[in-house]
Amino acid sequence: MYKITKKRVLNSSTVMLEFDAPLIARRALPGQFVVLRVDEPGERVPFTIADSDERTGAVSVIFQIAGHSTRKLAALSEGESVLDLVGPLGRASELDGFRSAAVIGGGLGIAIAYPQARALYERGARTDVIVGFRTRELTILEEELSAVSSELTVMTDDGSNGNKGFVTTALQRKLEAGAKYDAVIAIGPLPMMRAVCELTRGYGVHTIVSMNSVMIDGTGMCGCCRVTVGGERKFACVDGPDFDGHLVDFGEAAYRSRMFLEEERISSETHVCNLTGGVR
Amino acid sequence: MAGKNMSLEKTPMPEQEPGVRSRNFDEVALGYTDGQAMAEAARCLGCKSSPCVAGCPVNVRIPEFIARVADGDFPAAAEIVTSSNALPAICGRVCPQEKQCESLCVRGKKGESVAIGRLERFVADKLLDAAADGAAAPAAGGTAPIGRGADRPRVAVVGAGPSGLTCAGELAKLGYAVTVFEALHTPGGVLVYGIPEFRLPKAIVRREIANLTSLGVEIITNVVVGRTIPLDELLGTAGYSAAYIASGAGLPKFQHIPGENLNGVYSANEFLTRINLMRAYEFPQYDTPLRVGDTVAVVGGGNVAMDAARCAKRVGAKNVYIVYRRGEAELPARLEEIHHAREEGVVFKFLTAPTRLEGDGDGFVRSMECQEMELGEPDASGRRRPVIKPGGVFTLDVSTVVVAIGNTPNPLIVSTTPGLAAESWGGVIADEETGATNRPGVYAGGDAVTGAATVILAMGAGKKAAAAIDVYLTQKG
Repeated sequence: MYKITKKRVLNSSTVMLEFDAPLIARRALPGQFVVLRVDEPGERVPFTIADSDERTGAVSVIFQIAGHSTRKLAALSEGESVLDLVGPLGRASELDGFRSAAVIGGGLGIAIAYPQARALYERGARTDVIVGFRTRELTILEEELSAVSSELTVMTDDGSNGNKGFVTTALQRKLEAGAKYDAVIAIGPLPMMRAVCELTRGYGVHTIVSMNSVMIDGTGMCGCCRVTVGGERKFACVDGPDFDGHLVDFGEAAYRSRMFLEEERISSETHVCNLTGGVR
Repeated sequence: MAGKNMSLEKTPMPEQEPGVRSRNFDEVALGYTDGQAMAEAARCLGCKSSPCVAGCPVNVRIPEFIARVADGDFPAAAEIVTSSNALPAICGRVCPQEKQCESLCVRGKKGESVAIGRLERFVADKLLDAAADGAAAPAAGGTAPIGRGADRPRVAVVGAGPSGLTCAGELAKLGYAVTVFEALHTPGGVLVYGIPEFRLPKAIVRREIANLTSLGVEIITNVVVGRTIPLDELLGTAGYSAAYIASGAGLPKFQHIPGENLNGVYSANEFLTRINLMRAYEFPQYDTPLRVGDTVAVVGGGNVAMDAARCAKRVGAKNVYIVYRRGEAELPARLEEIHHAREEGVVFKFLTAPTRLEGDGDGFVRSMECQEMELGEPDASGRRRPVIKPGGVFTLDVSTVVVAIGNTPNPLIVSTTPGLAAESWGGVIADEETGATNRPGVYAGGDAVTGAATVILAMGAGKKAAAAIDVYLTQKG
């Protein structure tokens, strides 16, 4: 059992949980993930490590309440536990040698991009952070990100914070203004990562994306997380999750992410009915 | 002693009817009654030369235990079996006996061999029934400190599959403090994620593992050696004096044909793990989903392919095909599994090689283009090589494809353990007799060394390595 030591509700649909997991905290590096199982009937779900602290043994994840598993997880309180937590899994992000980088986070990707931004900033790299939200009320982690960025740009789709547009709008502005990056690191929903890659391709900027594929074991065993990179089959869990974004087959990744959409709907509906008698 | 039973055939073992069992996950073979077991045991001639024993990778003293069964002294029979086999209830169910002990049985020269596997299962089940449950449950890693002070030399075992568990059991019996590290949330390895409930009930696996923990073996789940903790740290600051790598053959192979990344195309590992480990057949009560359409094609002809095909039937597929590029005689699966699959309505498409998978435009597999094959000259494996039959191309409509063409060793340990020698295909290089690797104190065995093989061979390797580790630690002092 892995105890929840801290819980923060970041916005209406986004939650941060911190776990007591000293073995994982000891070795966790930016870009790595954990696999978590809430309870005995639970599925194994991968979550990128949002933060970890070797001294306190804390490992945190940030997630959006999207389906049955995340709803169950979000319902837990501080002091309660999840059944299984394993990690750190995957390869750490390769950030060495970057003197200047843009870290792009879309939606929940912001939480995932935070460790990368911090690592780059702490190494003395110029770190421009660009994050995007649908609307101002959904903005999360602004303070934390600000502390680890050379320049933080917050975009909203509806312009409610005075900065209307997508993350690509802001990135394009910077690139057009002559910003030189050794790398762009884009983390978030597939369409956003794809759009960033299409933009940076034209500028010839090396772009790293983090693939959040469907997984079971997270150690290379099931092959469910396969992704085509430069025409080769890769497993996101052991070969990634970071890949060269200009080589990723995003079309395939998009349909693979919808593999169990129907089952997720059934699962959500069944359990909402069981829990609430049909009231949502 | 009762008189010999000179029947030419094995005493049949009761089974669930095919029409019933192909819709449930309960065990297919129901086991012998006392009377059936004693009757079958009376078929053993008790040969002095005991050829069967040499055919067993862990050298169970077969005629001795069978003689006790014939006498009705089941506890004595169990004691003989467990003295050489740590997991007999499992071996009695999943060993390819017809290629091992039973293939050498003198009775098999005229008629059927003695049903050694069935008798082993009978004896082991008797023992499990008699043993009280409630041995220590495995601890989960991450919160418990790894490496506690112990006055005995400590050995780390990587992987709680058949090889690691056997090695751990043997070492515990020799007085060592043994910790088994398991990456998944449940110990058992392929016994829990791969082999289905209807062939090997998970309750049996749990009870066999409980027997090991009652010997003092410590099992820590949720620890991926190489990621959570490197092997060198276990052998260094964590204070283990030796290690046994039994991390299995976890990495699924694909055919590398177009369309293999379509939705609805599973590796056998994924398909079986969803069903067996994660209980997707009880979705949505269990959360892990599995989508299986009306028509399932399983590619491959081994035991894993049979397991996948029979699972597909049970989760509701109407048509299940085994698509295999060689002929029936070349099928590597156990005869019993082939027979059971056929009884349950699985259709075999021999001399058929998939060449392309087509999608439905929405990312889901819709059809499989196949090439008819014919058999040519024998290849390195001694089986006749399949060659393309000119013109024989046809299309199968499928909604699910399971690729069961084998696994290679998981590269995690090798890639995170500097200086550990491995083959180009990923297998750890280890001495066949001792399991010794090129690193002193580091031993390896089972599928991590050989690539995908059988439970019993992995167990045999674990047993040999335990003996070698004992010698190593004794000499080291």
